[in-house]
Amino acid sequence: MSTAEPLLRVEDLRVEFHTEDGVVHAVDGISYEIQRGRTLGIVGESGSGKSVAALTTLGLTRAQGAHVSGRILFEGRDLVALSDEELRSVRGNDIAMVFQDPLSALHPFFKVGAQLIEAVVAHQDVSKAQARARAVELLGLVGIPDPARRVDEFPHEFSGGMRQRAMIAMALANEPKLLIADEPTTALDVTVQAQILALMERLQRELGMAIVIITHDLGVVAELADDIAVMYAGRIVETTSAELLFDRPEHPYTWGLLKSLPKLEGSREEPLVPISGTPPSLINRPTGCHFHPRCPYSQPEHTRIDPKLEPVLGEPRHQVACLLESELRGRLWQELRAGRTPLEALAAVGPDGPSEAVS
Amino acid sequence: MIRYIIRRLLWGVVLLILVSALTFLFFRIFPTASPAQLRAGRIQNPKIIHEINVDLGLNKPLLTQFWIYMKGIFLHFNLGYSYYSSAPVKELILSRLSDTVSLVLGGAVIWLLSGLAVGIISARRPRSRLDRFSMGGALVLVSAPEYWLGLIVLFLFASDIGKVRIFPGAGSYVGLTSDPVKWFTSLILPWLVVAAGNAAIYARLMRGSLIETMSEDYIRTARAKGLSERRVVLRHGVRGAINPILTILGLDIGILLGSSVLVETVFEIPGIGLLNFQAITHSDFPIVQGTVLIAAFFIIIANIVVDIAYAYLDPRVRYQ
Repeated sequence: MSTAEPLLRVEDLRVEFHTEDGVVHAVDGISYEIQRGRTLGIVGESGSGKSVAALTTLGLTRAQGAHVSGRILFEGRDLVALSDEELRSVRGNDIAMVFQDPLSALHPFFKVGAQLIEAVVAHQDVSKAQARARAVELLGLVGIPDPARRVDEFPHEFSGGMRQRAMIAMALANEPKLLIADEPTTALDVTVQAQILALMERLQRELGMAIVIITHDLGVVAELADDIAVMYAGRIVETTSAELLFDRPEHPYTWGLLKSLPKLEGSREEPLVPISGTPPSLINRPTGCHFHPRCPYSQPEHTRIDPKLEPVLGEPRHQVACLLESELRGRLWQELRAGRTPLEALAAVGPDGPSEAVS
Repeated sequence: MIRYIIRRLLWGVVLLILVSALTFLFFRIFPTASPAQLRAGRIQNPKIIHEINVDLGLNKPLLTQFWIYMKGIFLHFNLGYSYYSSAPVKELILSRLSDTVSLVLGGAVIWLLSGLAVGIISARRPRSRLDRFSMGGALVLVSAPEYWLGLIVLFLFASDIGKVRIFPGAGSYVGLTSDPVKWFTSLILPWLVVAAGNAAIYARLMRGSLIETMSEDYIRTARAKGLSERRVVLRHGVRGAINPILTILGLDIGILLGSSVLVETVFEIPGIGLLNFQAITHSDFPIVQGTVLIAAFFIIIANIVVDIAYAYLDPRVRYQ
């Protein structure tokens, strides 16, 4: 593990929106860091605050009147404290972003080339002809056939996958050090999803940029991410390396995500287990552990005690925010992994199980 | 595209025929004052009135009159002759067209520019004091009838009767070709009156459209690229918001070209509107028919132009 200054370090980031219904705690004190050239996956359901956290990195929630606290250190500079004008020179230059739905994220009335050229000249002092040549080059780089012709087409003339390629090309215009991809494959067909992920992997290898990929789909991060942070109700509830997260997840929410993921190998009889309930309101959040209303293993005191993100025993880089005993978590996961449902798993861990611990 | 345009033009002709028939219906069949009586003057005896009726062709059966009228319009482009002056209606209208066009286009430039500017500023700071002030002002202007507003500005600013005598008042209009400077100054007040209500509507439209556009994903993309906020709003935002406004602009200009009656009357600008107004007071049907027809013509043309323009404004729209 390198001890160098991370490319991006987020410290206790909080983002709130003051609405008529109350304060929305979209992001509630998250911290993470990412090294140069690495990939971090941020995983969570919609409404978990993952997109807001990403948008806030570039100050894109400012226009919505977000209240932001904490620090976002990019190469040592705190992006939260920058003025709009200073931030503008970072956007699309050092840090670029790719969005979920490329059809709505591209301007429908401007040609793809014009939108690419605009991204180039926003940060580089080049002639129109040079910028155009660069736009063609970028389209070629992301694998769009016949880029010299397609540069003059409108977004609606592109297929969904090509639009996302064009979005990625636009993000790469100024060779960013960090690419934030917010659900880059969600709006695409499955086959196209794989192509886009492969493209991002190739570009990362060739250009050496770091990637933060935000998704609700563990399959996406499994393919791409070095490290994974799982978000729930505006907080990170578990973070570790990708291998460890899939091999030995510690948080019941992570278990839920993993169990609701279809597997190609393994028997078809094994049912997918959805996580019961719905994500909580970010205005009136549950007391104690925010996950307790949906947690099959929660105990009465979990409605009062708010768990902290703490290292797992013997794994300093594996952190989890869960009130269950570490040893009990290990046994529960063994049962779940063996194909048991949460209820069966609870019964199997038996007398030492939570219901016992309560009395 | 060509086929689409041809089809639209043919439909336009059909519409014009319908409108011609309707105007004939309204002005000949529904009870109105007798033109012959109006022309006969003081010596009202049946013989003279009959002679005048024969003269004007009003003694023929209605269907025959209708046939003559329609044949004249669509085969000979002849709109008939004024009962009053016997001048050909087509010439009367054509000679006044440039004055109406001066009034409407000048007004359109003012209302478009001011409406867009106010709308953009308001949209950038919704619910700010400036927004409330301009939207409140817009409401007042929209509610103010044109002839009332016209009389008010004459009362306040006309060089002959005004409180502050800075602009030429009613009846000062001269054609562009005879004296461009006088043409311009005499049109300042009428332009402002034509523009006022429309500017207010356009400001509200632009505000609403731009606020909606600014929450689009592609605006977020533009910001994420590192464009200046100015460029994000004025290029990406306005371009995304302006299509419905340009659509309405086309229609509004088309409508106003045929029906700027009130402003032309108040300011005594000898355009098509004033011609129409005078013709109505004299029951000079051929002129009324002619002006109504020319108004319909402008509206139909404006509709076609707007639809064709839309294919260029929104590249996703394709006609076949």
